Amino acid sequence: MAIVSMTVNGKPVTADIDPRTLLVEFLREHLRLTGTHVGCDTSQCGACVVHMNGAAVKACTTLAMQADGTTVTTIEGLASGADLHPMQAAFREHHGLQCGYCTPGMIMTAVDMVNRLGGDLSEETIRTELEGNICRCTGYHNIVRAVETGAKAMVGAPVRQAAE
Amino acid sequence: MTGTGIGAPVRRKEDQRFITGQGRYTDDLARPGQAHAVFVRSPHAHARIKAIDTAEAAAMPGVVAILTGDDLAADQIGGLICGWMIHNKDGSPMRAGPHPALAQGKVRYVGDHVAVVVAETLAQARDAAEAVSVDYEPLPAIVETGKAKGAGVVVHDEAPDNVVYEWHLGDKDATEAAFARASHVTRLDLTNNRLVPNPIETRAAIGEYDAGTGGYTLYTTSQNPHVARLVLSAFIGIAPEHQLRVIAPDVGGGFGSKIFIYAEETVCVWAAKKVGRPVKWTSDRTEAFLSDAHGRDHVTHAEMAVDENGKIIGLRVHTTANLGAYLSTFSSSVPTYLYAPLLSGQYDIPAIYAEVDGVYTNTTPVDAYRGAGRPEATFVVERLVEVTARQLGMDPAKFRKKNYIKRFPHQTPVIMNYDVGDYAASLEKAMEIADYKGFGKRKRESAKRGKLRGIGFSSYIEACGIAPSQAVGSLGAGVGLWESAEVRVNPTGSIEVLTGSHSHGQGHETTFAQLVSDRLGVPIDTVNIVHGDTDKVQFGMGTYGSRSGAVGMSAITKAIDKVIAKAKKVAAYALEASEGDIEFEDGRFKVAGTDKSLAFGEVALQAYIAHKFSGQDLEPGLKEGAFYDPTNFTFPAGVHICEVEIDPDTGVTTIARFTAVDDFGVVINPMIVEGQVHGGIAQGVGQALMEAAIYNESGQLVTASYQDYQMPRAGDLPSFQVGMTVTPCPSNPLGIKGCGEAGAIAAPPAVINAVTDAIGHEDIAMPATPQAVWRAVHKTRVPMAAE
Repeated sequence: MAIVSMTVNGKPVTADIDPRTLLVEFLREHLRLTGTHVGCDTSQCGACVVHMNGAAVKACTTLAMQADGTTVTTIEGLASGADLHPMQAAFREHHGLQCGYCTPGMIMTAVDMVNRLGGDLSEETIRTELEGNICRCTGYHNIVRAVETGAKAMVGAPVRQAAE
Repeated sequence: MTGTGIGAPVRRKEDQRFITGQGRYTDDLARPGQAHAVFVRSPHAHARIKAIDTAEAAAMPGVVAILTGDDLAADQIGGLICGWMIHNKDGSPMRAGPHPALAQGKVRYVGDHVAVVVAETLAQARDAAEAVSVDYEPLPAIVETGKAKGAGVVVHDEAPDNVVYEWHLGDKDATEAAFARASHVTRLDLTNNRLVPNPIETRAAIGEYDAGTGGYTLYTTSQNPHVARLVLSAFIGIAPEHQLRVIAPDVGGGFGSKIFIYAEETVCVWAAKKVGRPVKWTSDRTEAFLSDAHGRDHVTHAEMAVDENGKIIGLRVHTTANLGAYLSTFSSSVPTYLYAPLLSGQYDIPAIYAEVDGVYTNTTPVDAYRGAGRPEATFVVERLVEVTARQLGMDPAKFRKKNYIKRFPHQTPVIMNYDVGDYAASLEKAMEIADYKGFGKRKRESAKRGKLRGIGFSSYIEACGIAPSQAVGSLGAGVGLWESAEVRVNPTGSIEVLTGSHSHGQGHETTFAQLVSDRLGVPIDTVNIVHGDTDKVQFGMGTYGSRSGAVGMSAITKAIDKVIAKAKKVAAYALEASEGDIEFEDGRFKVAGTDKSLAFGEVALQAYIAHKFSGQDLEPGLKEGAFYDPTNFTFPAGVHICEVEIDPDTGVTTIARFTAVDDFGVVINPMIVEGQVHGGIAQGVGQALMEAAIYNESGQLVTASYQDYQMPRAGDLPSFQVGMTVTPCPSNPLGIKGCGEAGAIAAPPAVINAVTDAIGHEDIAMPATPQAVWRAVHKTRVPMAAE
């Protein structure tokens, strides 16, 4: 067993875990933060995307021990208080989700995209940047619209992320 | 109620929990004391099991139990069933081999279930599953659809030639006569590629047993919880129906693959009682590739006969359908009654004859996948129509228009009675949106850049809202296909609607509430939709085949009508008027010709406090239920137009434009309906250009992860141009037809028609990968290169 400590959604956590525990297992099973989902085992689908020290990572192929000492934000910690993060609001407004399973990973990827590239994103850029996330329901059409809108809203009105 | 009623693009109620990570999918649940299950799966496509040695695994840390097929047999647990009986041409029944939940004696596909390991943690269960030693005697395998019949390899002793059934539909003699007098016959050999449904949430199950009450609970990823309970109790024999509760909580997509009753949930319920604690299983992605029922997989020879006026006079089809190693829950119906009755397409074809051979192979079972039979039929018809038009030198749009059915109702020669439609209207609208007139110019511009541009049409029709129970029963279905609903009005006027439909992405919590809000004149936020729990909803048939709107919402409408009728009686007492004078309008019960009225909520309270009437004259309370059995299938139809640009140097096909014009009848929420169309198109483009489940000769699935099976991603698709035409469906009270499968049905032939148009070939197999396209292009371009 091994001790890991990190800050998750603004709260410090420490746990004694099996060293092979993946970050996604740690979040879901140990912390019961089940918004981060597992859709594949090969880092292909992106349902498990969270932010580690402010950058998007795939939690299904990151060991919890690799996150030792870092700051992790999950979908549960994206917005502060009861308000939605502008990217969450944009997904709702543009019907950017159907079954909702890939959605937390999509939103975390989209926020990371804006953090890196700014709020003025072309359709082509958004489609290229979503390469690591698979959605089987929406055909991406509305996700692209949502990211476009969410990006503009993020830049226009900077929103504090809980843990960043 | 403008703003939230029928026709309004209301933002979804369910989204709040999904966008904040508060959804509750099966794997998100943790039951107190739960143990974890991992299945030992066959690495061979076909083998005899000589021995299973569990001793080493059983001694490993955390192992609770290891169970095999022998344990199932000892407990007299039955096998999985196929719920639709198909008969051969000669009237004899289909031949079905047994389908044990854990293999007994033999394994028949890679991934077949051999044993289950239950352990304290998932990691311990995985470790122990690796240590289970199975002594296999490998047998030759057959995987190829077209070669399965009489292959020599016998998958089931019950079907020594691997033929499950040899079925037919239509008039053979009339069709042959039509071909005899044809002035032109088009012939095509078509493969409908095998697909993996791939909802992003993999299947999962938690079985639970309460020794105190004798009650069982199954939490599972199901589109169909009541039917799961029915099958698990009545046929598999795990628990009495009244002591088994099946809960399908938030479900992360299904596309058909979560309709079926699988081995895993069956075993979890049974094992929970055996080990005395909840047993949880969650599929990993490769397991999903191996064990979720696959879709499509047809090999077809198809012919179309045309007379000297360019009129289609006959259609003849021979299809071999791969059903995999076992018959999944509804598999037998998919290539028969869900396929051949749609072979008339949107066309007035006087004679059709279809023969279908269902075959066993050593592959994962094949069952309904988004569209189920209709995509396969549409692919055949729309490829034939496109190629025929080209061979006749006619514009494909004109050829379609000439042959469309124009008078309704229309009886096809293959069962279906189309109630209503206006196919030319969809075609014209689609051509306008797609700027068909400007295609030539765009093609020339592409050519200047060294690119090949093509355009392809697809006029699809499907049969949704399956269907009158009596009709499907006469065709062999083992269940009725009605839907149930209950509308419970609370004393405060808020409403709970219990529905037998199941939402796994379709937004029922919003659209169903829109209907109730519209009909009862109450705010949408006071309506709660309850589904997916057999202890709450009395019965239901689940969601598939776009039946939730046409059938599920019709049941709700019937129950609402009963609520209004009862409320009128209550209002009459409360307003001291005669019942005949009570009118219900804009959420108020009014006495005709007076200004006396009560709001809906006030009447609800009167119904419960029952102060204004005697409980003997009128029953207190306001709660009504209804079962709705449709009078016909519904027939959504439309025209999709795809425009592609191909790079001849790489073979890469880019979807330049995709236009969809659909007639879904009355639309409750256009935002949600458009979203369904988008998703369907993406799956259809996936089938046309990239997706394929490929087995090698020894029966290994070589595309068993997202690294090998190409899923459509955002960069593979354009934004879509979507339009609608409306001919309300006359056979249900709402005029709804259904929209869930349209894109998956229409897109594959539209894309392939566009690709073949661009490269000048008559056919290219799906998926039209860059390699396949490059080969096709360079075959045609060789003479050009020599110029």
